[in-house]
Amino acid sequence: MSLHEPTTAPDGASATGPEAATSAVLAAKARKGERAPKGRAKLSWRKSIRRDWQLYTLVLLPLAFFVIFRYLPMAGNVIAFRRFQPGGSIFGEEWVGLRYVEMFLNDPTFWNVFGNTLTIGLLSLIFAFPAPIILALLLNEVRTRYFKRFVQTLSYLPHFLSIVIIAGMLLQLLSLEGTVNQIVRAVGAEPVPFMQRPEWFRAVYISSEVWQTVGWGTILYLAALTQIDQSLYEAARIDGANRWKQTLHVTLPGIRPTMITLLILNIGTFMAVGFEKILLIYNPLTYPTADVIATYLYRVGLESNNFSYAAAIGMFEAIIGLTLILSANAISRRLVGTSLW
Amino acid sequence: MKDSRGYRVFQIVNGAVLLGVVFVTLYPFLNIIAQSFSGETFIRAGQVNLVPLGFNTTTYQLVMGDDTFWRSYGNTVLYTIVATAIAMLLTTTYAYVISKRGIRGRGLLIGIAVFTMFFNGGLIPNYVLISSLGLTNSIWAIVLPNAISVFNLLVMKAFFENLPSELEEAAQIDGLSTYGILLRIVLPLSKAVIATMVLFYAVTFWNSWFQAFLYLNQQELFPVTIYLRNLIAGASTASSLGSGGGDLAQVASNVKAVTMVLTVLPILCVYPFIQRYFVSGVMLGSVKG
Repeated sequence: MSLHEPTTAPDGASATGPEAATSAVLAAKARKGERAPKGRAKLSWRKSIRRDWQLYTLVLLPLAFFVIFRYLPMAGNVIAFRRFQPGGSIFGEEWVGLRYVEMFLNDPTFWNVFGNTLTIGLLSLIFAFPAPIILALLLNEVRTRYFKRFVQTLSYLPHFLSIVIIAGMLLQLLSLEGTVNQIVRAVGAEPVPFMQRPEWFRAVYISSEVWQTVGWGTILYLAALTQIDQSLYEAARIDGANRWKQTLHVTLPGIRPTMITLLILNIGTFMAVGFEKILLIYNPLTYPTADVIATYLYRVGLESNNFSYAAAIGMFEAIIGLTLILSANAISRRLVGTSLW
Repeated sequence: MKDSRGYRVFQIVNGAVLLGVVFVTLYPFLNIIAQSFSGETFIRAGQVNLVPLGFNTTTYQLVMGDDTFWRSYGNTVLYTIVATAIAMLLTTTYAYVISKRGIRGRGLLIGIAVFTMFFNGGLIPNYVLISSLGLTNSIWAIVLPNAISVFNLLVMKAFFENLPSELEEAAQIDGLSTYGILLRIVLPLSKAVIATMVLFYAVTFWNSWFQAFLYLNQQELFPVTIYLRNLIAGASTASSLGSGGGDLAQVASNVKAVTMVLTVLPILCVYPFIQRYFVSGVMLGSVKG
């Protein structure tokens, strides 16, 4: 890297080459009477382009990708305030102000799906977030290495499956002939058509969410666990702490930064509940509990062609998401000194 | 060191709990495998769980004799290869540039990428864009819009940053251009991370369905995930299957299981070899910076 940055000594341990280059650059700048800040001299744009133009050409394609497929759609949100005509400009035809925002604020279905989104998000946070921590702690107590490895390897598996496969498995397992109803029958109860019952939807969603994510989620925690200083455990033992106390006072504080980072990320994606999964497993019968903002705006926008209205809802959701992650980050920085950036 | 009696009891309980976790994780797979080999009447009677009943391979022959299935499968293979190639090209070049600490505008370039992790245009503006670009019903609607995963980008960046800079310096002194250094020095040193990234992307694209669901409406373009989704949703596109006789829904249950098995099969086959790469990739990505 110091190739392109003769002015910064990497890790403070670089050879004389770059340092010599540094002083050469500094000297050149001084001769021209240019500003030469201490330690790190910044080249002007023109000079850096002349020096690094080959590097800059490398970013052109990916940069075009970001502009076209990421930033243009962001700008395209302007259709939330403009009337959009299919086939017309992607930025809409004429300003209509807050008409679409007022529309969803007065839409009872919107508030219903908003509530569903919050409920599902909150339940995921309560159940799916701690699950990998618990599994990692249990794995950490395993003495037999092969057994630990075996459990770990298999628990990652669901992470690699297409959501379509997961939906298919859910529908098979929970159908009237499926395994769950075989158990229900075995204990003498009436079989339940789970996927048609709104009162069962949340349980189905959350338990499959845990199934999908728990194993993969342990990776970062297990890594954090290996980083804990073993002498802390010895000290705790000498102080008479049993295994449980050691877990409470050494292990948990040791993985706290990881927990907080992942918590912030989870809160940031709170509103973006598993849209694709819900789209695959819900049906009009379960709408009362299953319909979330994302699925509602999908139907409003792409099935009923109310693009502007759906865009207004989508923007509202994205802004809440961004606000959530920024505030979670700020709060954790203030309270515990850990933050994403 | 000897454990207390309570802890020894805990060890046994813990082992049992973890075995339970393994069983619950594996059960749905074993269940669809059992169903895929089972006779229709047994599934319908709700008797199939772990062991196939009325063992047969007719359903496999039925599905594998279906042209629509193979065309979808071929589409998935094609989309996965093209999308992964594009993704690797874009991710590698961008990651290489933003790994250079000295380049002007580096912070801006990183910011442009990272911001998209936390804020995105949303479904509707994306849909409008892809439609007005005229990408609907073409492979480009599948392979372009998600070409860069910022997470993968940051993993590669972290890897490039940790390469020893002396080699590149020496290469520059020998007169190699930036492109030459990237192609002949950096990439050969980065085989491990490149393999990991290819796997990351390939699995993602193999599994993806939503892009295709949104932008493709011609059956001959569908990837296998959409073929499967349509089977599950009951809007059976495989009219050739089961239309011959008897109960369509009944055959579908069988066919669904077989299609699921055949769709996950490639992933299950490579899984034992690739999962450790994924794990190391995640660890690399978790390095802050």
